[in-house]
Amino acid sequence: MDWHSIFSQALQQGLGPVAAVYCLAAIGLNVHFGSTGLLNFGQAGFMAVAGYAMTSFVATWGLSFWLGSLVGLVAAALLALLLGVPTLRLRADYLAIVTIAAAEIIRQTIGSVTLLKYFGGQDGLQAFNSSFANLNPFTGRIGIPGVVSWRPYDFWTLVVCWLLCALCCLVVWLLMRSPWGRVLKGIREDEDAVRSLGKNVYAYKMQSLLIGGLIGGLAGIMTALQHSAINPSFFATDTTFFAYTVLLLGGAARVLGPVAGTIIFWFLISFLDLFFGAATSGADPLIPASIMTSNQASLMRFVVMGLSLMLLMIYRPQGIFGDRRELAIDAR
Amino acid sequence: MPAEINTELENATGVDVSAARAALREVAHEPGSKKPDPIVVADNVRRTFGGLTAVDVQHVEIQRGVITALIGPNGAGKTTFFNLITGFDRPDDGDWSFNGQSLRGVAAYRVARMGMVRTFQLTKVLAKLTVLENMRVGATGQHGERLLRAMFAPFWRHQETSNTEKADALLERFLLIKKREDFAGSLSGGQRKLLEMARALMADPELVMLDEPMAGVNPALKQSLLGHVKSLRDEGRTVLFVEHDMDMVRDISDWVIVMAQGKVIAEGPPDSVMGDQRVIDAYLGSHHDQDLSVEMEEQILAAAEAEIAEEHGEEPVQTASTSSEGEQRG
Repeated sequence: MDWHSIFSQALQQGLGPVAAVYCLAAIGLNVHFGSTGLLNFGQAGFMAVAGYAMTSFVATWGLSFWLGSLVGLVAAALLALLLGVPTLRLRADYLAIVTIAAAEIIRQTIGSVTLLKYFGGQDGLQAFNSSFANLNPFTGRIGIPGVVSWRPYDFWTLVVCWLLCALCCLVVWLLMRSPWGRVLKGIREDEDAVRSLGKNVYAYKMQSLLIGGLIGGLAGIMTALQHSAINPSFFATDTTFFAYTVLLLGGAARVLGPVAGTIIFWFLISFLDLFFGAATSGADPLIPASIMTSNQASLMRFVVMGLSLMLLMIYRPQGIFGDRRELAIDAR
Repeated sequence: MPAEINTELENATGVDVSAARAALREVAHEPGSKKPDPIVVADNVRRTFGGLTAVDVQHVEIQRGVITALIGPNGAGKTTFFNLITGFDRPDDGDWSFNGQSLRGVAAYRVARMGMVRTFQLTKVLAKLTVLENMRVGATGQHGERLLRAMFAPFWRHQETSNTEKADALLERFLLIKKREDFAGSLSGGQRKLLEMARALMADPELVMLDEPMAGVNPALKQSLLGHVKSLRDEGRTVLFVEHDMDMVRDISDWVIVMAQGKVIAEGPPDSVMGDQRVIDAYLGSHHDQDLSVEMEEQILAAAEAEIAEEHGEEPVQTASTSSEGEQRG
């Protein structure tokens, strides 16, 4: 078995553009769930709205990529308002129901035949990223020599994506250390208590939903750019749940939680895939065919991933960066 | 302990406490009586839950600068009334005002900003924030709580420092200074009550509303809490509290309002209210102090038998009369 190649490719995924996109989505969720206690199960919806606004602006209407991106972010913000106005006055679970439904409605609508000429139906849209690709300063394979490398376009999206992550982390850190962030955390703990101290809880929740949604929108735009294509299947519900996994793995309510979470998650999932793939292939496989065939091997990563998530929840429920003391309080 | 707390308190609101207490002597001991200087006035406040009328208060006034207790048996509507006037619940009908300003339809957070801060029956501390952070949340008018300024510390650092000083002083006074950096969730029940009270004071309220401040607090801490509540009045703040603990009510309140079945049934200074027949009836039932003498027993028995006879007797009598009518017609 070629361990070097397995590690190299796993690292390529762990630090790669896909991981960075999920990191962005999880940073947004961290503002919602980690800091404010808002259960947003429709982060994929925010991503889809922004991603499709950008791509359809360029591919369907032939307008500027930058204008498209801006409109995408505005659309994500409008979605936040639309979802927040009726639900944020209600109990937390209503937001969860509405967001998960809204995300599915958006995905089905965008993929529908009626809107085929605007959004390309289930095939989606291509050829919209030339202005972004033209800015690419990199040529040839780039990376750490002998360890890991990426194709130039992948490296370019990766750099942009991680820079956006860094920027979002900075903004979130600045916000969360401020009195504003303290009010959000207060709302997460007990919104009536915060209300009794003269804070407009509804407005704070709305601001939180907006900021997290905007970061989700960025993730949607980067998803499209990174694939050089967009289609509705990118924004299925599992996208949101992967982002939640990343968030919980790293530790909710910690600024760098999503970053660590996404690297570990994507490294592990591709490492397991490559390992089981290699272990079941070849003339004399490490794992004999009587135990596992190469077809079954590709599913093993989800089995192991699920198991390790369960173990994580049992032995380290606060995630990697979480504070054990905080959980001790819940048990009281 | 209470004695050491009461020292060195400045009057924060400029209300003359002794004059306010003296003025109460002139007030009639009857439900809905007029107060010389009311801070809260409520009229015809009514709240129903389905068929149940939880609160139906005709008229009530709360005097400024004194400690008013709101008492009553379980289910009397005390907490609901609290929720209604602080904006945490909406009444079906009625009007109520704070400092002459109507609070009808005003959101809870605005009520708090106006200077009317409440605590909760089941203490609500922000468990995963430290005690100090809990206190800081209580401060009002913070620049750093506005989204656009929040990112830039120079806008709010100065205010934060002064809020922290204020918080530390309050924590010192409420004997929580040693817990400053601990999570609020790690505090004991009594300490949580203290923290909630201290946090409410961060907003410099004119009226502090305490919902059952003594519930679940051990007797030793109770004495200290009593001292703290008195110290609120001595600072010139008005205190309205709901309580079941009669010792506490008698000990610290200047005026008592008694509710039963959603209505205000009696008002007055603690001693007069405790002896009021309506109050005793509300708590213990109206026949609680009558001995069951032989005549009484016979009376009750007779009444019960009459009732049974009526129920059994009426029906046949009725059918008999209708059948006789029928015969007459035929």
